[in-house]
Amino acid sequence: MSKTQINEINRNIYDIKNKDEYEFKIKKGLTKEIIEEISKQKDDPEWMKEFRLNALEVYNKLELPTWGPDISELDMNEIATYVRPKTKLNNSWEDVPEDIKQTFDKLGIPEAEKKSLAGVGAQYDSEVVYHSMKEDLIKQGVIYTDMETAVREYPELVKQYFMKCVPVYDHKFVALHGAVWSGGSFVYVPKGVKVEVPLQSYFRLNSPESGQFEHTLIIVEEGASLHFIEGCSAPKYNKVNLHAGCVELYVKDNAYLRYSTIENWSKNMLNLNTKKAIVGKNAKMDWVTGSFGSKISMLYPMSILNGEGAKTEYTGISFAGKGQNLDNGFKVIHNNKNTSSVVNAKSISKNGGKCTYRSLVRINETATNSKSSVSCESLMLDDISISDTIPVNDIRTDEVEFSHEAKIGKISDKAIFYLMSRGLSEEDAKAMIVRGFAYPISKELPVEYAVEMNNLINLELEGVIG
Amino acid sequence: MQDEKYQYKVNEIYGKEMTMSNKLLEIKDLYVDAEEKEILKGINMQINKGEVHVIMGPNGSGKTTTANAILNNPIYMKRNGSILFDGEDITNLKTDEIARKGIFMSFQSPEEIPGVSVTNFLKYAKNKITGEPIKIFEFKSELKKYMEELNMNPKNMERSLNVGFSGGEKKKNEILQMLVLNPKLAILDETDSGLDVDAIKTVSKGIEMFKNKDNAILIITHNTKILNSLKVDYVHVLINGKIVKTGKQELAKEIEENGYSKFK
Repeated sequence: MSKTQINEINRNIYDIKNKDEYEFKIKKGLTKEIIEEISKQKDDPEWMKEFRLNALEVYNKLELPTWGPDISELDMNEIATYVRPKTKLNNSWEDVPEDIKQTFDKLGIPEAEKKSLAGVGAQYDSEVVYHSMKEDLIKQGVIYTDMETAVREYPELVKQYFMKCVPVYDHKFVALHGAVWSGGSFVYVPKGVKVEVPLQSYFRLNSPESGQFEHTLIIVEEGASLHFIEGCSAPKYNKVNLHAGCVELYVKDNAYLRYSTIENWSKNMLNLNTKKAIVGKNAKMDWVTGSFGSKISMLYPMSILNGEGAKTEYTGISFAGKGQNLDNGFKVIHNNKNTSSVVNAKSISKNGGKCTYRSLVRINETATNSKSSVSCESLMLDDISISDTIPVNDIRTDEVEFSHEAKIGKISDKAIFYLMSRGLSEEDAKAMIVRGFAYPISKELPVEYAVEMNNLINLELEGVIG
Repeated sequence: MQDEKYQYKVNEIYGKEMTMSNKLLEIKDLYVDAEEKEILKGINMQINKGEVHVIMGPNGSGKTTTANAILNNPIYMKRNGSILFDGEDITNLKTDEIARKGIFMSFQSPEEIPGVSVTNFLKYAKNKITGEPIKIFEFKSELKKYMEELNMNPKNMERSLNVGFSGGEKKKNEILQMLVLNPKLAILDETDSGLDVDAIKTVSKGIEMFKNKDNAILIITHNTKILNSLKVDYVHVLINGKIVKTGKQELAKEIEENGYSKFK
């Protein structure tokens, strides 16, 4: 049998580079002057300017994490933290400039809106270029807009929630985010309103040597429900790009929120994103994540189960290829009784890629009669790929049901032979096994995304066999 | 010239098949190693269309190696000999190419493939084997029909392939795949082992449904139970990597009564 040979995968549509055109690009680096300039460019209210400058001070005080992947190659003096595209926010797709529109067209964004979404946002570099939502949701009082508009038009709501769930001193890149954040989505679902069809924001970073720092703030009031989808991608450049977004989710009593992500950043991206949810009484927070891109990813969504009977479920998959180090996982804090968490994490690594599942389950003394069940499974497609599991379980009461299961495996030659004996080529057999492995995750994704994920898996496996 | 004229007439009257050789599989002087140990030491065998062959032999005699060698499982090393199928040398073809030529093997321990349903798997495999698009409705009703015949729970159709299946369900699933993929040669490796009487009957029923004058079956077994309900053309006794005797169905009876000791 011939030796395994890996070709650079064809990232087709994701790699379309538009000319680095912008209306304004801040000079590289991170100083007080630069932050003040960003604030001025964005026409911030005074309180937000103060907020940014304070975050910068916190940033300068905090150290880089001493654990996880090595991110020393990141030099903030080489990153432009603000790039304003050459267009304002549009409410009509027709008004979006042609090259930007074409990019999103190719990514299927307006198409998806027509078919299956209640609202769409599209961010290009640092600013949201398009936002729209169905009329009936507006009538029911649902707010779905870009973060800047929210700061201007709903200052009281924003002040009440902005970076309260994820405070700036959480870690260095949250502080950075607080100082330079731009773009992102704001969603407010009033009490009892059930948004049946998903809302989706898509984030595209086109400009080289720059960062994207979008802020997503979602408030789902009592008894309300929402499914929010985010997609991200970028073309590949030779220099490092940085993504340090922040997602804050407030799921009030008896509310439901599902947050789905397909992340397909280019493989020069450092993805240092922070996501957190506060979950109220008998509320439920579901996370569904597919992570394919990035050079380095450090991403650990977190649910804080504050209300009695609060529930959370995390379903996620990471796929690391050559040169990728995906350090992903999930954190949950059980603070109240009868709370429950279910984790189903999977990872696939191939061609020297590294996947680490890093997690925290903390069940506090107050969280009696709670349940947590964690299952993580890794699949390595060859001998040079790496997979690791680093769980931290901090259980502070005896009255809990807790289980943790971890499996690390390789594609068995027997299974490949079995499938080949049914007429499948070696490549088809491997792809079928990998798709099957990913199926429990892909079935949780909206259908277009599940299809995209299967395409990504096929792309990733193309040319694996020489 | 005489022959050619005759041939032409035969073609006209009976269609082309009649003039072609009946020979389906031919194994010539096959030597195979597994884990650097010599297992097969010169196997010769010919299987014609319409025939049912049985290879019997004690554990470790090389039965499963023979089946795997036909499908060119890469963990077995062919040192010598050749395998012809439908007149074509398939000795060194890849397993999937051999499968697409029309050879199927029912596995002793079928692999579990999580996340791939029986239906989707078979749809995919059938498309690969036939090279034709699958008509979903037709395919599903065919599948349903076979599952009923094999006393299979229709819910299994949507379950992951072999995952959580009992031993009997796995074996029935192999027979189901054989019926759906409809090969020219089906190799059944210990399909009867570990099955109760009813399951063996079901499996035999599946084999009867499959059998016709244009295909052939090679049954590998170390006991004779399945042969009671199945008409067999040839029985080969495989001992220590060599076929020591070939006979008719009576040979199986003889082994049932006396064991292999007399062949050793």
